[in-house]
Amino acid sequence: MSETGTSGTTLWRGVWVYAEQRGGAVLDAGFEMMSVAGELASRLGATVSALVIGHGVEGCSKELIARGAGEVYLADHPALDQYDPDAFAAIVVDLVQVQRPQILLVPATGFGRDLAPTVAARLGTGLCADCTALDLDGEGRLLQIAPVLGGKDLATMLCPVARPQMATVRPGVFPRLPADYSRRGQVLRVDCSRPLEQRRMTSLGLLPHQAPGKPLPQAEVVVAGGAGVAGADGWRLLADLAGLLGAEIGGTRPPVDDGFLREDQMIGQSGVTIRPKLYFAIGISGDIQHTVGFAAANIVVAINKDPAAPIFKVADYGIVGDYRQVVPVLIEELRRR
Amino acid sequence: MNPLNVIVCLKSVPDPRRSGAIVLDPRTLTLRKEGAPRVISPLDKNALEEALQIKSLRGGLVRVVSMGSASALDNLREALAIGADEVHFLSDPACAGADTLATARALAALVRSLGGFDLVLCGARSFYGSTGQVGPQLAEMLGIPHLSYSSAIEFTSSQGLRVKTEIEGGSATFDASLPLLVSVTREINTPRGVSLPGILAARSKLLRVVSCRDIGLDPGEVGLAGSATRMIRVSAPVTARQGRLLGGTASEAVGTLIAELRREGSLPPAVGRIAR
Repeated sequence: MSETGTSGTTLWRGVWVYAEQRGGAVLDAGFEMMSVAGELASRLGATVSALVIGHGVEGCSKELIARGAGEVYLADHPALDQYDPDAFAAIVVDLVQVQRPQILLVPATGFGRDLAPTVAARLGTGLCADCTALDLDGEGRLLQIAPVLGGKDLATMLCPVARPQMATVRPGVFPRLPADYSRRGQVLRVDCSRPLEQRRMTSLGLLPHQAPGKPLPQAEVVVAGGAGVAGADGWRLLADLAGLLGAEIGGTRPPVDDGFLREDQMIGQSGVTIRPKLYFAIGISGDIQHTVGFAAANIVVAINKDPAAPIFKVADYGIVGDYRQVVPVLIEELRRR
Repeated sequence: MNPLNVIVCLKSVPDPRRSGAIVLDPRTLTLRKEGAPRVISPLDKNALEEALQIKSLRGGLVRVVSMGSASALDNLREALAIGADEVHFLSDPACAGADTLATARALAALVRSLGGFDLVLCGARSFYGSTGQVGPQLAEMLGIPHLSYSSAIEFTSSQGLRVKTEIEGGSATFDASLPLLVSVTREINTPRGVSLPGILAARSKLLRVVSCRDIGLDPGEVGLAGSATRMIRVSAPVTARQGRLLGGTASEAVGTLIAELRREGSLPPAVGRIAR
């Protein structure tokens, strides 16, 4: 086992956050981790350090310091403008081996879920995926809480000996801290030359999907449909409702399979986590794999013709009925306001 | 172009569509099977399909590797029936309770026992733990580069590949060369099923079952003993809400709903026009 697996875990200090950025701005998921990192650090009597890798990313330091980073490690280089598994992992591993943080948090984004296991394997340390809660035990060790079995159970995990204790953190769960620009912190520039030499592939760039509307995790109102929504007519009805409410559209796996929704409109354990003020679950039975995705919604309204559908147990309001009758009435009533 | 030696990592899991039957015992933290049927983890089927498509293009071998208990055997025979040439299965009690690090270490030893390879494919995430970590960690242990969440793989030359990966809001494309590990998503292909000729052919294909000792694995490096993390508790998520059913006709129910939402201030301020 590598050196990091030795005893003397008290020599490892600090709570680190890999603040993934895109286009020179830290992702929401990065800011969300700052809130939980800050809470853990204050309980541990430790500092929060943020790690930013990219090109043209100086602006990120100010934003991270304003959200509690005592230090920001900045790896800024033209060749880092696109994610590269080898270079990015080498930068993180080199820094961790020198600085020895006790905790390293990475957002469970597409790149984060590639970077974190690579880093963990190189360091010979433990990594828990997609955590929705983080806590400390009586000995100040990190408790990583994550859903398993499609969201059916919540598992609490520990990394008793190896360091750093690593976790990827599910986006859309933790609060985004507001910025306080009076806070102070250090910016430490990282030399990237050696990591860059370790690249074994070439990035050809990032192509954004042409998706209209707001990303679901940012939507205030969401209208979602499931297997019970039939055909293009059914989805048009939901689109009409969404249009009236200024809502984004989402749903479960079956409409994605049938082509009515894109993969990134799927809400649930293997999709996105959302926290809208208002959520409509239409023609959705309420399988746990989906319901964990909107657990943080303020108000949930379920419309389903099956009175025994589990969705009604996780909704604030339920209407038992055929959505093809109920939704047009809802649209009519809303327009009359 | 020369034929390729492709390895597919495959995991047998409780059927995700019957997840109600699977119970995680909160005391022992082990799965109580309760007769829950097992399937090939869905994305691993995509990985196997991709390997078979590559084989029809380039020729070569498709060999499946897996780690698990005897409950996986039916699924492994299914992999042969779908078209894999061989299955190599590490089945050893010492491997139980493995986290992704210990799993990757075990699979790496299994892969190394096969001699050379060109490409390793696996599903990006499995059902159950669904960490998506084993692929990258296996690549690390094998000393090869990796790409995750791939939706398309094409060969640009004998040893060169262009791999498209999916992230939030976009796709990232890379040029890479063999040897390589790629983890795949559902978008990459539509997995073929089992055919009768496939079932018949499977009977004479190799299904090699090995223990840790057979492949030079120290039991202390695998399973719970070789894991850096451990599960200490399991609980049910709390998702229940007041669940108020609104009765009457559709009109009445909707009327009550809107009144309640308005009262709570939950309705958005401006109700817009229907966009066409």
